[in-house]
Amino acid sequence: MTIGLGHYLAVGAILFTLGILGIFLNRKNIIVILMSIELILLSVNVNLVAFSTFLGDIVGQVFALLVLTVAAAEAAIGLAVLVVYFRNRGSIAVEDVNLMKG
Amino acid sequence: MILPALFFYLFAGVCVASAVMVIVSRNPVHSVLFLILAFVNAAGLFVLMGAEFLAMILIVVYVGAVATLFLFVIMMLDVDFTELRSGFLEYLPIGLVIGGIFLFELLLTVGFWIINPGVAKSITAAIPTNVSNTEALGLVLYTRYIHYFQLAGMVLLVAMIGAIVLTLRHKASVKRQDINVQNARTPELAMTVRKVASGQGLQDADAAEWVR
Repeated sequence: MTIGLGHYLAVGAILFTLGILGIFLNRKNIIVILMSIELILLSVNVNLVAFSTFLGDIVGQVFALLVLTVAAAEAAIGLAVLVVYFRNRGSIAVEDVNLMKG
Repeated sequence: MILPALFFYLFAGVCVASAVMVIVSRNPVHSVLFLILAFVNAAGLFVLMGAEFLAMILIVVYVGAVATLFLFVIMMLDVDFTELRSGFLEYLPIGLVIGGIFLFELLLTVGFWIINPGVAKSITAAIPTNVSNTEALGLVLYTRYIHYFQLAGMVLLVAMIGAIVLTLRHKASVKRQDINVQNARTPELAMTVRKVASGQGLQDADAAEWVR
């Protein structure tokens, strides 16, 4: 029972699906939606590192590092927007976010 | 040979289970804690794959920074989270159907694939065998991919400035030290000399100026 590339890809696929499912289920709670996006980015990283290891090419790990950077930046900006929104509206419900509707 | 497989199943199982708990947990604080558990176990998977540097970075960045940020924001916002959870069961069937189809397709792709034989020739930077993972990563990151590295730094800088600009606010009620005003203060501005008539004391008009 050697653990091959397919095992890691399966873990990545399951994590990605769970992230999508989290966005679907928690339609009202934007904090959990942000956490689901983090899960999706984590699954992408698992895929990148798995291919990097099993193909013997280190560029995949460099790319995973960049994805990690973007994920951290996205979390910081997303939470900052959330805090500002809560200050202005007193709520973080997703369906209230329609002020920009034309 | 059996030990890496056992650890793989341990890490992968706990990672997937805690990812499930992230999205179904009632309390967002528990969600964040399960997110931390998921990331720690993903770091374990990375170590199993031989990407130790990324595993440690994952723990430092996610557990140390991102999860803490989430916790702070959840504690700062005074929100009724039970109200936000309404509609969970309403979306559960359609979510499960779409998620099931999605997972089926993904696993189908993962299960039936072959690596193109030509890919071995197109490897950009092979992993060197005589150095550690961190050193191997540094050897390409600081030379061939230096521009991507600096771009990542710029992304973080912009994110930091953006987050500060978005959340910074000056309340009018909070008194702050203004050094320019302090330095521009002169004796003429700061005090007045009054001749007070004997036995009369200060008049109200004078007193109003006094408190200036």
